Amino acid sequence: MSDRIREKLSILADAAKYDVSCSSSGGNRKNTDKGLGDSSNGICHTYTEDGRCVSLLKILLTNHCIYDCAFCVSRRSNDVQRAAFTVEEAVDLTMGFYRRNYIEGLFLSSGIFKDADFTMERLVRIVKKLRLEHKFNGYIHLKTIPGASPELLTEAGLYADRMSINLEMPTEAGLKLLAPEKSHEEVKKPLGFIQNSIVQYKDESKIIKRAPKFVPAGQSTQMVIGATPESDMEIMYSANQYYKDFDLKRVYYSGYIPISYDTRMPVIGSQPPLLRENRLYQTDWLMRFYGFDVKEILNLSNPNLDVDIDPKLSWALRNIEHFPVDVNTADYKMLLRIPGVGVGSAKKIWQARKFGRLRSDQLRKMGIAWNRAKHFIRCADSVMMLNDPNPFQIKNDILSQGDSKYTKVAQNQLALF
Amino acid sequence: MNAFVFDGTFEGLLTSIFETYEFKVKDVRLFDNLRYQPGLIDETHEVISDKAKSDRVWKAFVKKIGKQKAQNAYTVFLSEDAEAFQHIFDFIRYVFDSGEGAESNFGNPSVIAIHKWERSVSRERHRMKAFIRFEQMADGIYYAPIEPDFNVLPLIAGFFKNRYADQQWIIYDTKRKYGLFYDLENVTEIAFDFAENIESGTTPYLSKNLLDDKQELYGLLWNDYFRNTNIPARKNMKLHLRHVPKRYWKYLTEKKHN
Repeated sequence: MSDRIREKLSILADAAKYDVSCSSSGGNRKNTDKGLGDSSNGICHTYTEDGRCVSLLKILLTNHCIYDCAFCVSRRSNDVQRAAFTVEEAVDLTMGFYRRNYIEGLFLSSGIFKDADFTMERLVRIVKKLRLEHKFNGYIHLKTIPGASPELLTEAGLYADRMSINLEMPTEAGLKLLAPEKSHEEVKKPLGFIQNSIVQYKDESKIIKRAPKFVPAGQSTQMVIGATPESDMEIMYSANQYYKDFDLKRVYYSGYIPISYDTRMPVIGSQPPLLRENRLYQTDWLMRFYGFDVKEILNLSNPNLDVDIDPKLSWALRNIEHFPVDVNTADYKMLLRIPGVGVGSAKKIWQARKFGRLRSDQLRKMGIAWNRAKHFIRCADSVMMLNDPNPFQIKNDILSQGDSKYTKVAQNQLALF
Repeated sequence: MNAFVFDGTFEGLLTSIFETYEFKVKDVRLFDNLRYQPGLIDETHEVISDKAKSDRVWKAFVKKIGKQKAQNAYTVFLSEDAEAFQHIFDFIRYVFDSGEGAESNFGNPSVIAIHKWERSVSRERHRMKAFIRFEQMADGIYYAPIEPDFNVLPLIAGFFKNRYADQQWIIYDTKRKYGLFYDLENVTEIAFDFAENIESGTTPYLSKNLLDDKQELYGLLWNDYFRNTNIPARKNMKLHLRHVPKRYWKYLTEKKHN
């Protein structure tokens, strides 16, 4: 018995791991009834050896699937071991792990067996049992199964904290190439339906006290990067559109890890595009927290992100006429655009300068990345500069810094030993 | 230079602040009595903790910058670090001696120092929320030994009480030799002097006969999960170690069987 459950967990955790979403924040579920658990800011309970956060028990209900998407390890035609949890097994694992403080909650996805409604109904049964029978208030991330009926989605939304449905490929053309049975339309429909319901329930809660929560942590999606030949611009424009249209909380970018001999995709053994993935996340952060418009970072003359420097530095070098910025007078928006200054340091500068003009030694102590920032700022003790800043020189200077994390060789090559 | 020697308690630290105003001295080095070595040139003053004095300082401090920000000073105190004690001392004096909003003058050395210390103690608090691993004992109680860098138990009691409201648990700091016990109603402070097998430096795990029948299986399942959710093609041990430093491995179930 115990061997069988261990085998199932191994298979169904392995099959679920290519979904990179790990967040467990934004739930804000309180433990009011002496039940088990709560959720608020999210905690990473451990990290795997690939450096990824483990916050939720991320499993598939089953890896049996009627679809044959070329990029997916659970595709119908792939020769892998198949397994399925019973509802009780999935519930017991979640409760047992949560009670021992291993996890923040459950991330439940599934291959499509039989049809969409049949699969979705099983998923809902698990989360319903956790919430109602076990008084479980931990975080639940539930996959939306494309094509599931609105009734089931509504029910799911009442128990889940977050729901997500993956675009899979950044563009419709890419998706059609690798998964002809699927389309982005099928993704937009449930995204839109759930988004409308979230808004409705929020409005209701303004009028009715104790209106039920509906997907309180919002929706997210994922795109696989590097399986199909989209440019960074196409990827980020698509992400931007989905953020806007569906008020998504997150778009995840998952570097494609070759798992198939299919000739349409990178061969097995080739490196996953880790650095590119990182640059895309940096761009995503600039859009969401730094007030950048995606068109400033990626456009027809710059359709791809630089490999050797981050997108914020890259933007600053292309727009050198905005620099140097005087940190003692610049507005907050401009402070945020200085390479080497993050949201935290920008806020500190903003507060501290009320007490007097800031010097470089004070700025360094606040935690700004001085090696980058120094080329772009003026402060109380800056010496006069005779020439305008030269972007080529600055770039060379930053790249030649011994402690710079940007080197001229792409870092996605792993060491052999 | 004046040397103030206090008893190492928060009350003593606040009393010291009171007495600098009482005796009208400014340039003060603060020492706790465990670490103090008399110097030749110092003028030494021994501070006797006084609840009335410390309460007055705390009330005035809270009134000046608000409860939440004042609490940061206490968080920093839990670092148990001599340098941090001095920063708290300087910070509170600076706040008293300056106009409104001085606590966010990040250009001031003691303000930025308190900010940084608060971040490190809070980071350790957060790590304990993440890294504590309960084992279910035969009597049903969930037990977790820890060895945090700072004395963070007071900062995590409420979190675990709210989260694990329907199970009895014990979190025991083996370094500082005290723990918290939740009995389904309240959290109380406890100290063991009998259980040798949980003392620091020896085996951190409870022996099998003390554990619930299902505990071992859940430990194994968690290990299975931890291994299978990893993507070997993305292996990045440097990042792994940065997030899970080795000193915490001893108590991590997922590292037990590896």
